[in-house]
Amino acid sequence: MDKKAQEVLKLLENNARLSNKEIAEMVGLSEEDIREIVKKAEENGIILKYKTLINWEKLGEEAVYAVIDIRVTLTREKSYDDIAKRIAKYPEVHAVRLISGDYDFQVVVKGKSLKDVSFFVAEKISTIPEVLTTVTHFVLRTYKEEGVLLFKEEEDRRLAITP
Amino acid sequence: MRVSERVASLKPSGIRKFFELIIGREDIISLGVGEPDFPVPWRIREEMIYSLEKGITSYTSNYGIYELRECIAKYYAKFGVKCSPENVMITTGVSEAVDIALRAILNPGEGVLIPEPCYVSYMPLTVVTGGVAISYPTTPDFIPTYEEMISLANKAEENDIRIKAVIVNYPNNPTGVSYTKSVLEEIADFAVEKDAIIISDEIYAELSYSFKHESVASLNGMFDRTVVLNGFSKAYSMTGFRVGYAIAPEDIFDAMLKIHQYCMLCAPVTSQIGAMEALKNGQNDLEEMKAEYLRRRNFFVKRIKKVLEVRKPDGAFYAFPLIAETGLSSEEFAKKLLFERKVAVVPGSAFGDCGEGYIRCAYAVGMDKLREAVDRIVEFVESL
Repeated sequence: MDKKAQEVLKLLENNARLSNKEIAEMVGLSEEDIREIVKKAEENGIILKYKTLINWEKLGEEAVYAVIDIRVTLTREKSYDDIAKRIAKYPEVHAVRLISGDYDFQVVVKGKSLKDVSFFVAEKISTIPEVLTTVTHFVLRTYKEEGVLLFKEEEDRRLAITP
Repeated sequence: MRVSERVASLKPSGIRKFFELIIGREDIISLGVGEPDFPVPWRIREEMIYSLEKGITSYTSNYGIYELRECIAKYYAKFGVKCSPENVMITTGVSEAVDIALRAILNPGEGVLIPEPCYVSYMPLTVVTGGVAISYPTTPDFIPTYEEMISLANKAEENDIRIKAVIVNYPNNPTGVSYTKSVLEEIADFAVEKDAIIISDEIYAELSYSFKHESVASLNGMFDRTVVLNGFSKAYSMTGFRVGYAIAPEDIFDAMLKIHQYCMLCAPVTSQIGAMEALKNGQNDLEEMKAEYLRRRNFFVKRIKKVLEVRKPDGAFYAFPLIAETGLSSEEFAKKLLFERKVAVVPGSAFGDCGEGYIRCAYAVGMDKLREAVDRIVEFVESL
């Protein structure tokens, strides 16, 4: 993938609502070029999905996130991939990562309440035969998500006209 | 008269006059701002905060912190200049550096050739120093040529004015034009022919898009005739920190330092520490900002071209469209645009007489505002 195509993807990663026309104007390619780049990236699974980052908290939506550290035991029949896939298929599970260090997986779980999340972990994760131990960390506040700051940034204090 | 005649002779800044019109108005999108819209990269601010916590608050050497001078000497190899830290002086922004360079070089009545349109300070600082500012209109392509410079110098000599220095600024504020090596060679040839010193304001060097920036001081034998000026305001958004530097041959360096030590003592220490962090670890931040400016340039030029003639800027964050065909003067155009469409631009005439017929648009605003502003300008021109 060439540099221009990468730049197009970076722009979309940051703002999926940019039109092909605007992207074309910004990177100095034709609209046709942009359509081609995006189509190819979609077909090849490079673009996975177009999402919107929403701050639900502002709507008073109560959601509980927890980061679960999981230690597992491997057998001839069950690899990391097998265990990860079982966990990942639950809709409550937001992210699954194989990690280095004391634990094997880090899983992010979303639920409506503390109880909700605790039960999910107890009933669905801990009961997987290969899971040895879990540690649940509830998220108290999020300051940055997907590279976006969730607190108020500095205002523009520049004068309106400067030489 | 209580104030100096030289100062009294200066016209008030065209930009200032315009500024009064829009002070405090929040409904206006300003493309009049000649400074980056990005905040200073956090790593640089953190480094300055740490230094304050550690109590680093005193004067530095008149020259500036030695380690910073070393960083700059090494850094400038990027633009083709090999120099030692002993040739580098830290100043309170390029603004101070222009002033002390002129004062170090000029005797009363000596001439300074100033290609226009140009930044607003060169002419007044020349005049205040007692020099004679010789305007050199470079419209319509904004590129100085050897022949024209020689002919202006000869004409000045007929009036007993010897051209002692020429001030160049590339990439250029307000035109966005930069100079290729062949243009730099013409300027160098002129300087050699007339035994003049080149004051080379390279504050926008990092923001070069069309070709790689080269300093005129990198040309064969030119280091000894050139005072290179640069700083951290544009590349690293550090406008309010007032930190820049001059790279000069020994005799001019010593003369500049004499003035600097009396009028400034040293550049602010916190700013020097931030500058050091910028050069050591700020490259990625800079590249990201530059890529964003480039996208805005492409976007702005593409859209404005529908209604106005404009030369694609090679660097900086300015476009300088021609508005003469609308039948309005620069100032009328800017005022009408401001009152009718709430977009602020700077009349080209603020940057020298030959800037009449143009407007300066700074694309140092976020894409959302830029889109809105350019669409308003397009509609405005179409309505004329």
